[in-house]
Amino acid sequence: MAKVLIPTPLRQFAGKQDTVELTGMTVGEVLSGLTSQFGELRKHLYNDEGKLRSYVNVYLNDEDIRYLDKESSAVKENDTISIVPSIAGGASWK
Amino acid sequence: MEVTLSKEEILRYSRHLIIPEVGMEGQLKLKQASVLLIGTGGLGAPLALYLTAAGVGRIGLVDFDVVDFTNLQRQVIHFTSDVGRKKLDSAAAKMREINPFVQIDLHETALTSENALDILKNYDIIVDGTDNFPTRYLVNDACVLLNKPNVYGSIFRFEGQATVFAYEGGPCYRCLYPEPPPPGLVPSCAEGGVLGILPGTIGLIQATETVKLILKIGQPLVGRLILYDALAMKFRELKLRRNPECPVCGDHPTVTKLIDYHQFCGVPQQQEAPKPVEGDIDPIEVKARIDHRDNFQLIDVREPHEYQIARIPTAKLIPLGELSKRLSELDPSVEIVAHCKSGVRSAKAVALLKQSGFQARNMKGGILAWSDKVDASVPKY
Repeated sequence: MAKVLIPTPLRQFAGKQDTVELTGMTVGEVLSGLTSQFGELRKHLYNDEGKLRSYVNVYLNDEDIRYLDKESSAVKENDTISIVPSIAGGASWK
Repeated sequence: MEVTLSKEEILRYSRHLIIPEVGMEGQLKLKQASVLLIGTGGLGAPLALYLTAAGVGRIGLVDFDVVDFTNLQRQVIHFTSDVGRKKLDSAAAKMREINPFVQIDLHETALTSENALDILKNYDIIVDGTDNFPTRYLVNDACVLLNKPNVYGSIFRFEGQATVFAYEGGPCYRCLYPEPPPPGLVPSCAEGGVLGILPGTIGLIQATETVKLILKIGQPLVGRLILYDALAMKFRELKLRRNPECPVCGDHPTVTKLIDYHQFCGVPQQQEAPKPVEGDIDPIEVKARIDHRDNFQLIDVREPHEYQIARIPTAKLIPLGELSKRLSELDPSVEIVAHCKSGVRSAKAVALLKQSGFQARNMKGGILAWSDKVDASVPKY
């Protein structure tokens, strides 16, 4: 099982959980398990072409998957996958 | 001219001077340093207070805002009596009181592509305490172009991020996030809220890194992104790398001068009020219809915790996120009027309801307008 850490802004789309445990051989498989469990997360993580959005970074343990094998990066037991979205803080722009 | 410390300054900085890693040499580095704080809000407040106390020789502030009551919960440099005062004047007054040996330069302006390079070029270190994506990309690009470190921090609810960008060949903000999220996808503090203490923690991480860069001691927070979770009370560290294909700091940069960052971020230049849409209904008319016992249903699409702060008594609470699943609770034979805080979410609710075959109208200006026009006893938040 790998642990996926859900950041605060996305928790509302993940049943308000901060951590979800999932199985999968690769980061892509784990994330696909996550978005099939929580359908609303999909559009926040992926664009219409099914690619990870550029303002959502995914880390396998402490390494950005862009510098590993991207979504094919192999996941081991007890690995931690972090979703780290861009946050700006402060003023309102709605 | 050789820079020295006066007798008063030596006494003031004695707890620095007796640390071997700082000492007289370090304190003189602080005195000769110049730091620009962009924003004097949640992050800028603790930064300004501590960097002033530490004896940074020249501190610049960029802000054009005025202190309001909702700032006081976290922007600790501004006091209750400062409400209505320019943030720059309010901040500078406190800083002068803390340390009269610091020179304070005030830039009363919004940072723009036209003025950014001129303002930033006069400082050694830039600290980003802004609150919006366009300014963050602007600060980043200007720092890369001027080859100045950008001490970055950002916050949301209970979580914060901090790192140092554009320092001696290290990664920049665009290496981390090549593009901003589309407007509206990531809630701001005004919509999402922020724990008042959080910017204190993140702002002081930025202040710590600023002082370390000036003193050239320790390991700078370069190539590492700190993630702080206040609820779990955990700090995590992720690796950051310079992206060789980064459009600004990469091997073949395509952005070689400042661009239009509002356009880049898809944000309209001015904060426009939502355009009146055909069929929007004024709160006064809604009140009249309630009083006449007209047959319609008022729904409140805000979140339950907002409903606890302020509500319109006859409104039925159905948060926007639950609306599509709770349509069966609504009567398709009567008109539905939706409201939220200011009218943005309820416009989405109206669109969803119309798609589902309901007759629906949006109450203009939300419960804030209700408080202004109908019932002043309803608190604003």
